[in-house]
Amino acid sequence: MPAVSKGDGMRGLAVFISDIRNCKSKEAEIKRINKELANIRSKFKGDKALDGYSKKKYVCKLLFIFLLGHDIDFGHMEAVNLLSSNKYTEKQIGYLFISVLVNSNSELIRLINNAIKNDLSSRNPTFMCLALHCIANVGSREMAEAFAGEIPRILVAGDTMDSVKQSAALCLLRLYKTSPDLVLMGEWTSRVVHLLNDQHMGVVTAAISLITCLSQKNPDEFKTCVSLAVSRLSRIVSSASTDLQDYTYYFVPAPWLSCKLLRLLQCYPPPEDGAVKGRLVECLETILNKAQEPPKSKKVQHSNAKNAILFEAISLIIHYDSEPNLLVRACNQLGQFLQHRETNLRYLALESMCTLASSEFSHEAVKTHIETVINALKTERDVSVRQRAADLLYAMCDRSNAKQIVAEMLSYLETADYSIREEMVLKVAILAEKYAVDYSWYVDTILNLIRIAGDYVSEEVWYRVIQIVINRDDVQGYAAKTVFEALQAPACHENMVKVGGYILGEFGNLIAGDPRSSPLVQFNLLHSKFHLCSVPTRALLLSAYIKFINLFPETKSTIQEVLRSDSQIRNSDVELQQRAVEYLKLSSIASTDVLATVLEEMPPFPERESSILAKLKKKKGPGAVSNHLLKTRKACLTDIKGISTPSPSADLLGLRAGPPVTAAAPSAGSLLVDVFSEAGVNDDGFLRFVCKNNGVLFENQLLQIGIKSEYRQNLGRMYLFYGNKTSVQFVTFTTTLNVQAKPVEPLIEGGAQVQQVINIECLTDFSDAPLLNIKFRYGGALQNLTLKLPVTINKFFQPTEMASHDFFQRWKQLSLPQQEAQKIFKANHAMDTEVLKAKLLGLGMALLENVDPNPENFVCAGVIQTKAQQVGSLLRLEPNAQAQMYRLTVRSSKDTVSKRLCELLAEQF
Amino acid sequence: MQFMLLFSRQGKLRLQKWYVPLSDKEKKKITRELVQTVLARKPKMCSFLEWRDLKIVYKRYASLYFCCAIEDQDNELITLEIIHRYVELLDKYFGSVCELDIIFNFEKAYFILDEFLLGGEAQETSKKNVLKAIEQADLLQEVRHMCFLKICRISVLTQ
Repeated sequence: MPAVSKGDGMRGLAVFISDIRNCKSKEAEIKRINKELANIRSKFKGDKALDGYSKKKYVCKLLFIFLLGHDIDFGHMEAVNLLSSNKYTEKQIGYLFISVLVNSNSELIRLINNAIKNDLSSRNPTFMCLALHCIANVGSREMAEAFAGEIPRILVAGDTMDSVKQSAALCLLRLYKTSPDLVLMGEWTSRVVHLLNDQHMGVVTAAISLITCLSQKNPDEFKTCVSLAVSRLSRIVSSASTDLQDYTYYFVPAPWLSCKLLRLLQCYPPPEDGAVKGRLVECLETILNKAQEPPKSKKVQHSNAKNAILFEAISLIIHYDSEPNLLVRACNQLGQFLQHRETNLRYLALESMCTLASSEFSHEAVKTHIETVINALKTERDVSVRQRAADLLYAMCDRSNAKQIVAEMLSYLETADYSIREEMVLKVAILAEKYAVDYSWYVDTILNLIRIAGDYVSEEVWYRVIQIVINRDDVQGYAAKTVFEALQAPACHENMVKVGGYILGEFGNLIAGDPRSSPLVQFNLLHSKFHLCSVPTRALLLSAYIKFINLFPETKSTIQEVLRSDSQIRNSDVELQQRAVEYLKLSSIASTDVLATVLEEMPPFPERESSILAKLKKKKGPGAVSNHLLKTRKACLTDIKGISTPSPSADLLGLRAGPPVTAAAPSAGSLLVDVFSEAGVNDDGFLRFVCKNNGVLFENQLLQIGIKSEYRQNLGRMYLFYGNKTSVQFVTFTTTLNVQAKPVEPLIEGGAQVQQVINIECLTDFSDAPLLNIKFRYGGALQNLTLKLPVTINKFFQPTEMASHDFFQRWKQLSLPQQEAQKIFKANHAMDTEVLKAKLLGLGMALLENVDPNPENFVCAGVIQTKAQQVGSLLRLEPNAQAQMYRLTVRSSKDTVSKRLCELLAEQF
Repeated sequence: MQFMLLFSRQGKLRLQKWYVPLSDKEKKKITRELVQTVLARKPKMCSFLEWRDLKIVYKRYASLYFCCAIEDQDNELITLEIIHRYVELLDKYFGSVCELDIIFNFEKAYFILDEFLLGGEAQETSKKNVLKAIEQADLLQEVRHMCFLKICRISVLTQ
């Protein structure tokens, strides 16, 4: 049967599509499309009422045009009209158009919801399914509001057709994902769980996705699903390949359902009931046994479906992490796959083994495959498989094999794909640090790393080697000797010069006894690289030179000569020039004692979390850091015990805060550490001030703007500090504020700072921040800059302490829908309680303890003082660590205030 | 599953289904990036790759690439078979399906997909039941015959 005779051909549509296909150029296509759009528009606008068929055809054409990538700005109304047609295909096209093209803000949503409501109550199963598909496809909040109450009823009603139940289950899942707060299962919970027992396999297949998602969020309410899932799984696993008829796929009984069942069980710990657990272990053993049986078909679909179940079963075994026997069997099975001829299986085996490596029961078993994995790293032709092999090596590394693995990874780095080099470098650096028994091996490894892949060695890596060398005096001499040797290479990476400069500046004296590395030889070696380096490295080298003067008085005149040369003391770069001038002066006027104190050896760095580890975590995304499930491959990257001591203030660079500087040597500390400070780039400067009052609002190459502000009641005062970072004057410096401000000095000398004071009075509540426009001339060029001044409504908060009872009473009083604003958002930062508290306090409200029954939640209260009125506000923040989400609810006596506070705060956590 | 894309060897998008809310601009950007990435891969390479924080599962059938984006805890192999089952459904419905069928009857391709997957999850995995739903719908509509010449039919399943 020719396919196109099936269904309804829309001849006009087919002709249009083939016209488009025949277009020789993009221009011709656009021309044809515009012609068609004009035609459709005139048809829609014409006086003659269109029949359903034509309407359907034109709507379908518009849809086709949209799917080609063109914008469509009309036809929505006609599509909505189709929804109320009695002809199935017309309705169907209408729904398709809506699903693809209507965004949730559309004004049409009310009409659409109306049509959906009619179809849902039509009792015609095909219409009901269409309506449910549409809700599932659009999944907007408006739809959730309209239908989240109705759909559970349809799902569990006794007289609902199976196909409708299936759609209802997944429709609800989609709504739950977009608006979890609106989908309340409550009384339906147990009936939904019992869908796992449904006779119809399709209903179980659909319902289980919903149950899995709900179980992840409310494990306790759904925990009865465990025993039901186990018995269902057991029935499938023990059935013959033909028992399940159409649900058997290439001789594998119900593979999709099996995978989903195994996935659901991963939301829970091993079953406590002995019988249930025994049955489950039996299932898992059967699945492992089946893997050894000869295949029932040569088709790849057969082995894929079978292995999909096997991998899901292994995931569950790893998740339980309590059955040594099963873990070792899983590991052996994966070991077989490591050498399978199917690339897909090798890939998945490497991936899955990565998580096995983190279990104490199977770690040793995984390690036996080291040679195969190293071989994979060397010979796999597909970079994504090699990447998995590298991940697995990283995961299986421990003290016993660290040297071998690090060596293999280093040698792989020489030819590694550019896309994965940086990550590889970080991993090597972490392993080298973590498993260093003697630190000379660590130093060698890192220097090798810089030699092989210098471009990919991020700052964190070389900061860390310096931290470690400074903190461990047993390796300092070796480090000095090794960098000295490494610097002998005619071409060495700039990162090597940085490490070399720093280490010789501190510990060059340890190798100065050898005439081959006498002070002058060391200095000349470093200085021979100077001209090839960038400004930050040169600045670091200048600091190393002044340290040399202290370490080796005999180099003083040579170094002073260098500092005095025009290329230093008149360098066009202000930083280099300043250092040259200051160091020269310091070396000539300070007495040896003063010099020795100022340039004393750096004190040890405080032990903190490795900055490299933090970097790797950051690369892997915020979710990976706190993901405590050992399941995921990513999680094992963070499973590094011993060095993770998260502190609330942990910045990415363990080094950036600098060592504690002793009172006697303040300048030494800052002189050498300032190389590391980095200009804070803050195009989001505004939002950073919601919870704090002082700091740097803006900074670029030329200008730094600092802010200090204080607020009382409805008044505030803000000090703005404009710092000229260059050596050249800024002239005609003006700032304009879209509110009144005192004028500022029109001239800022090079390196100088001027101050401006702004007095602020809050008259009424507001959303938009005042804008500050800054204009000045630097050199000849006019600079123009507009910034939002960080004045936000919360600055005028007066904290209000209250007891639990009062809080809830007031909360209830503010119950009008418009008084509440709520946002659910992903965490942008680590969900650290102390940090959260500090931010909420910075907000200006009172943080109320022992009010919320859930100790994880935060509640705050405060009154905003404006001249016109006082606005009482209550806030509740509910973190969900597992989902890495927050729900923020703000209630205020004024709706605009709730909304604004909610917007501001949603960006803070 | 977060989305499914069908595109030709020339990089032309034939079908797109999004199960997460994204702006049109993001959709276009993702499509462009992914089509490029997948087309650049050699035939014998593995069917899975990491992309941003998602896992991509793809398979080529004749001139068409089927490409799904799944989340970290989702199963790659079963997704590969989701693709295959969808191809089988198309094949059965159109009668040895080819790219042209999907171009000219794109709306049908969407309808079949909606019966099979909903909200990114398998709704009905039985081939018979899915086709029954679609054919019932076909029976409900007025029958219009149309002749259309199909040239160079290359069946997708006989790759």
